Amino acid sequence: MIQEFKKIWKQYAIAMLWLLGLLWPLLGIHPDGTLSFKQTITVWLYILSGTFICFIIYIINSSGNFKFFTKPIVNTSQKLSEMVQNMPSWIWKSALLIGAVIYPILTGRYPTDVAINVLLYICLGLGLYVVAGLAGMLDLGHIAFYGVGAYTYAILNVKYGVGFWVCFPLAGLSACIAGCIVGYPTLRMRGDYLAIVTLGFGEIVRIILNNWMSLTNGPNGILGVKTIGILRPVMENGLTFEIFWVKKLEIFYYFALVLAILTIIAVTRINFSRIGRALEAIREDETAAELMGVNTFYYKLLAYAMGAVFAGFAGALFAARMKFVSPESFTFLESVMVLSMVVLGGMSSIPGIILGVIALIVLPEVFRELESYRMLVFGLTMIIMMLFRPSGLIAAKRKKMMENKS
Amino acid sequence: MDSFIQQLINGITLGGIYALIALGYTMVYGVIQLINFAHGEFFAAGGYVGVIFLSFFTGLGYMETHPIFCLTASFALAMMYCAYLAIGVEKIAYKPLRKEARLAALLSALGVSIFLSNGLMLTQGVYDKAYPSELFQGGFNFGIITIGYLQVLIVCLTGALLVALNLLVFKTKIGMAMRATAQDKTMSALVAIGSNNIISLTFAIGAGLAAAAGIMVGLYYGSVRYDMGFLPGIKAFSAAVLGGIGNITGAMLGGLIIGMVEIFGAGYISGEYKDVFAFIILIGVLYFKPTGIMGENIDDTRV
Repeated sequence: MIQEFKKIWKQYAIAMLWLLGLLWPLLGIHPDGTLSFKQTITVWLYILSGTFICFIIYIINSSGNFKFFTKPIVNTSQKLSEMVQNMPSWIWKSALLIGAVIYPILTGRYPTDVAINVLLYICLGLGLYVVAGLAGMLDLGHIAFYGVGAYTYAILNVKYGVGFWVCFPLAGLSACIAGCIVGYPTLRMRGDYLAIVTLGFGEIVRIILNNWMSLTNGPNGILGVKTIGILRPVMENGLTFEIFWVKKLEIFYYFALVLAILTIIAVTRINFSRIGRALEAIREDETAAELMGVNTFYYKLLAYAMGAVFAGFAGALFAARMKFVSPESFTFLESVMVLSMVVLGGMSSIPGIILGVIALIVLPEVFRELESYRMLVFGLTMIIMMLFRPSGLIAAKRKKMMENKS
Repeated sequence: MDSFIQQLINGITLGGIYALIALGYTMVYGVIQLINFAHGEFFAAGGYVGVIFLSFFTGLGYMETHPIFCLTASFALAMMYCAYLAIGVEKIAYKPLRKEARLAALLSALGVSIFLSNGLMLTQGVYDKAYPSELFQGGFNFGIITIGYLQVLIVCLTGALLVALNLLVFKTKIGMAMRATAQDKTMSALVAIGSNNIISLTFAIGAGLAAAAGIMVGLYYGSVRYDMGFLPGIKAFSAAVLGGIGNITGAMLGGLIIGMVEIFGAGYISGEYKDVFAFIILIGVLYFKPTGIMGENIDDTRV
C-alpha cells in the first residue's frame, strides 16, 4: 500500500513539474525581450494547491479512511434505490411528471429558460443515443440534424409563411432525409472512421449554412421566425376560433416538455423492441448479427434516420423559441457537447442520459461567473471521466441484469 | 496558364504544411490506432510558441543582427515545446486508456483538444496574435508569377523535415523499433523494445512536425489564433486517410493532394466552399477505397 502511494506521489510531482515547464513559455516570455516568473509561479501555485486538495481527498478515500463519512451516504442511497425499486414505477414517474409540470410556476423566467434548454437537449441526446448508444455508431455531427430541422422551419416560415404545425413534421422529414444522406455512404465504415466522416458531414452542413446566402442569409442568420400559433376557441357570438401566438416562455416549456416526454417514450419503446435488439446486436458484433439474419444495412440506416428525426423536431422547436437561427448555434463543439452528455450519463441508459444533460446544462449555468473557464473545465472533466469512470454515471441496465444472472 | 502555375506553387506550399500535420496523425494511428484529436492543438500551440519566441528575439534586438539564428532557434524551441507537451498528454490522457474501449480514448482525446485550445485562449488571449511582419517580404519574380521567399523557405523546410523523418523511420534502429511496435506490440516487447517509450517518441515526433507546420502557417498568414488547430487538423486527418492511414509516404502524398485540391478548388470552383473539398475527398476515399492510396490491406475491424 505504502509503495503504491509512493509511486502515485512521484507521478503527481512529475506531472506538476511538467505543468510548470509547460506554463512558463506561455506566460513568462514577453515580446519586449524580458522574462518574468512571478505570474507563472502564481498561476502554478493556484493549480498546485487545488489539485493537491483533490489528490489528498482521493488518496484518503481510496485507502478507506473516509468510511465513517461515506458509509451512511452509501447506505441511505442503497435504501432509497431499494425503496424506488419496490415501489410501483408509476408512483415515481407521476411524481416526476407533476414536478416537471409545476416547475415553471414555482420558479422564475431564467430557470424556465434553462429548463427548456435541458428538454431540447434531452431530445437531441436521446436521438444520439439511438445512433451511438444502441447501434454503436459514433456520430460527431449530430448537431447538423438539429440545424437542418431549425433551418427548415425558419426558411419555410420566413420565406413562404408556412406555420409551425405544418413545418414541424417537415422539419423531422428533412432531418430524416439528411440522416439518410449521411447514413447511406457511411454505413460501410466503423468506429473511428465513422466518427471522422460524420464530423466532416457536420462541418459541411455548417459551411453550407454559412455560405448559401440566397437561402440561409449566411452568417447573419434568419431573423423574425414566427412562434407557435394555436387555434383557441372564443365564446363570443357563438363559437369561433382565433389564432393565439405563443409568446410566454412557460407555454414553450410545456411544448418542450411534451416533445421530450414523447421522445423518451418513443426511445424507450425502440430500446425494448425488435429494432432495439437488432441494433444492440449490431453494436456488439456486426458480422455475427448479420449471420443471425439481422439486416444490418437497413437497421443502421433506420437508426441514423430515427436519431436525425428526433434532432429535427427539437430543432424546429428551437427555431420557434429563439425566433432566430444562425450557423453559430450548430458548431462542432455543440456536437461534442451532445456526445459528452450521452457518454457522461452512460452510453446506453436513458435515465443516465437525462442526468448527463441536466449536469452539462445546469452546472455551467450555476458557475456562470467562471464563464471563461467553462470549456477548460469541460475538457478536463471529459478526460477525468474517461480515466476513472469510462462507462458513465449510470451504467446500462440490461448489462447489469446479465451480470447478476451469471 | 500563369495563374495556374501560381496556384500550383500555392498548392504545394499549403500541401506541404498539411503533410507535416498529417504525419503526426498517421504515425500515432499506426502505433496505437487512435485518432489523436488533440493533434490540431499541438499545431496551434506550435504557432503560438513560435510567435512568442520570435517576438521575444525581436524585443531583444537579435532579429536584425542574427535573423537566421533567431528563426532556427524559434523553430527548434517550438518543436521541442510541442514534443514535451505531447509526451505529457500521452502519459496523462491516453496511456491509462490503452486497454479500455476505443471510444474512451477517442473521447479523452476530444477532451484534451478542448482543454488545450481553451488553455491557449486563457493564457494568450482571444484575439489573433500577429507574427512579426517584416520577415520575408518580397520574392522571386518570373514575369507574372511570384514565388515568395517565405514559400521557398516553407517548401525547403518541409522537404528537409520529410527527408529527415524518412531517414529516421526507415534507416535507423529507432525507426525500426517504431515500425516493429506499429506492427505488433507484444512481439516487439519480446525482443526488448520498450513500447511505452516508442509510443511517447512517436507522439513527440508527430507533435514536433505539427509545431513546425504551426510556425509556417503563422508566418504565411501573418497571425495565429487559439482555435486555428481544428480545421487544418481535420483536413490533415483527411490527408492521412487519403494516403492510407499508418503509412508515412502516403500521408505526405495525401497532404500534397489535399493542399492542391483546396487551392485549385478555391481558385476555380468556389472560394467560399474551399473547406468542403477536403471532407468530400475524405468521404469519397473512405467510400470507394478505405485503405487509401498507399494503404496496405487492413483488417475488417478498422474500417
